[in-house]
Amino acid sequence: MSDHFSPEEIKYIARLARLTLSDADVSYFASDINEILRYVRKLNELDTDEVEPLAHIIPLKNVWREDEVKESLPVDEVLSNTKYKRNSMFKVPRVIEE
Amino acid sequence: MDYEVVIGLEVHVHLKTVSKIFCGCSTKFGAPPNTQVCPVCLGFPGVLPVPNRLAVELAVKTGLMLGCEIAEKSKFDRKNYFYPDLPKAYQISQYDMPIAKNGRVGIAVEGSTKVIGITRAHLEEDAGKLVHYEGANESGVDYNRCGVPLLEIVSEPDMRSAEEAFAYLKTLKAILEYLEVSDCNMEEGSLRCDANISIRRKGETSFGVKTEVKNMNSFKAVRKALTYEAGRQVKVLEGGGEIVQETRLWNPDLEKTIPMRSKEEAHDYRYFPEPDLAPLVLDREWVEEIRASLPESPRDRTERFLAEYGLPEYDASVLTAERGLADFFEECARIHTDAKAVSNWVMGDLLRELNERGLDIGACSLKPGALAELLKLIDEGTISTKIAKEVFVEMFESWKAAPEIIREKGLVQISDESELEKIVDKVISENEKTVGDYRSGKGKALSFLVGQVMRHTRGKANPKIVNKLLSKKLKQE
Repeated sequence: MSDHFSPEEIKYIARLARLTLSDADVSYFASDINEILRYVRKLNELDTDEVEPLAHIIPLKNVWREDEVKESLPVDEVLSNTKYKRNSMFKVPRVIEE
Repeated sequence: MDYEVVIGLEVHVHLKTVSKIFCGCSTKFGAPPNTQVCPVCLGFPGVLPVPNRLAVELAVKTGLMLGCEIAEKSKFDRKNYFYPDLPKAYQISQYDMPIAKNGRVGIAVEGSTKVIGITRAHLEEDAGKLVHYEGANESGVDYNRCGVPLLEIVSEPDMRSAEEAFAYLKTLKAILEYLEVSDCNMEEGSLRCDANISIRRKGETSFGVKTEVKNMNSFKAVRKALTYEAGRQVKVLEGGGEIVQETRLWNPDLEKTIPMRSKEEAHDYRYFPEPDLAPLVLDREWVEEIRASLPESPRDRTERFLAEYGLPEYDASVLTAERGLADFFEECARIHTDAKAVSNWVMGDLLRELNERGLDIGACSLKPGALAELLKLIDEGTISTKIAKEVFVEMFESWKAAPEIIREKGLVQISDESELEKIVDKVISENEKTVGDYRSGKGKALSFLVGQVMRHTRGKANPKIVNKLLSKKLKQE
């Protein structure tokens, strides 16, 4: 990506996020996002050649658990937040990869 | 024109943990839909994934066995895409810091060893399963599989034929089974394989345009699909066309690869570090401990079978292809020391019975000791080899021990010379013509007469003694 987002790039990002934007939205977000980028670009002035890329902001490592089975949710509860269900499954628009 | 095929494989294996990679839900296969899910694997807001230490250990173990460098520092990343099998709209995977990289696997190709490079092996979570309702305009989603730990093993594009890809896959499966890190069951989806395949003119050094082949649900399908796809690409080029970079699905009914119609955008996964997970620092001491605990590799075991048991190369490679089979053989050969005889029975009769029942060696009810006992009965002359084959099938079916079957069915070999002599005399008197043939020099006639004795004794006559008696009597008169 360049340091300036074109309306096409804004539309592309919106499409990846499954957002529908009107032309007015596109120009609004283009200027908004470019404004944010301009602000953040300040960081480019720092010399980070000797700095290791940060993977996590908190200095933690190896936070893990042992391989033990815990109880899962009852299936009624699993499906309680949706009205789109069928045979204990979540119902979604037809997806078929052919 | 001569073309060369270039293949690289991406293999996904379920790691053998009892719980999922980031939550405590069970990984057991075949449970009713959505009964092994929780807020974490359903991607509810505000939950925190916590890695399963065993999944990391199994990944390290596999990486070591594949000769990989194990990263000191590794981390998880989000791979973003919308698809209903992924409730968070991203998959937790690894992008630029995989657990293992730069390994290799030796495969047997036409009697020599070829080394296939392993680019990387990384941990990720599996996605849910989509079920298409026939005739309806909707699909169902079962998230039981979502969050099952996967290790993705990516090879270099080092394979030059569908046969080599098949050999690589078989070798990899054997290694994973030896390590006991995965069940490797392609039917249950615990081992899945996608291929990148392209062709180029022989001698060319740059790669051609590749296609990705998916939906190969068995080892045989991999071989067939890649053979088909290579042939298809040759035809396209020969016809003056161009290969289109695309994903193609293997259709086992049509035996063709078909371009995938997908509404997905050009894949742009926007990987970024997973902020919910702390980085992994793989302690060198721990890695060395795991290295020290690695079992003998299938190739080492093959070598040992050649040296220790004096088996032919073919036997050694068949027996060691599956850990269970090699274990069965060794256990049996420990009791019955005629290793070649054991090998013949294991590779022949045992594998045949298992195949006929669609069983693998793990599900074999027959124990190595039972086969050893049967072989001992042959050596002692209690039964003939021919009868032993019948007894073996019976052992498989009835779970009874050999001596019991032999006793019940009255199959004990007749080695009593006076008893056999009576039958031999009878056969000689009944078959004057054949006897005449034999005496006029037709050696083959003898085996007919032996067969007759066998028929009279329902196969129980000791063939050595029958042969001896017949030859003696035919010469005398």
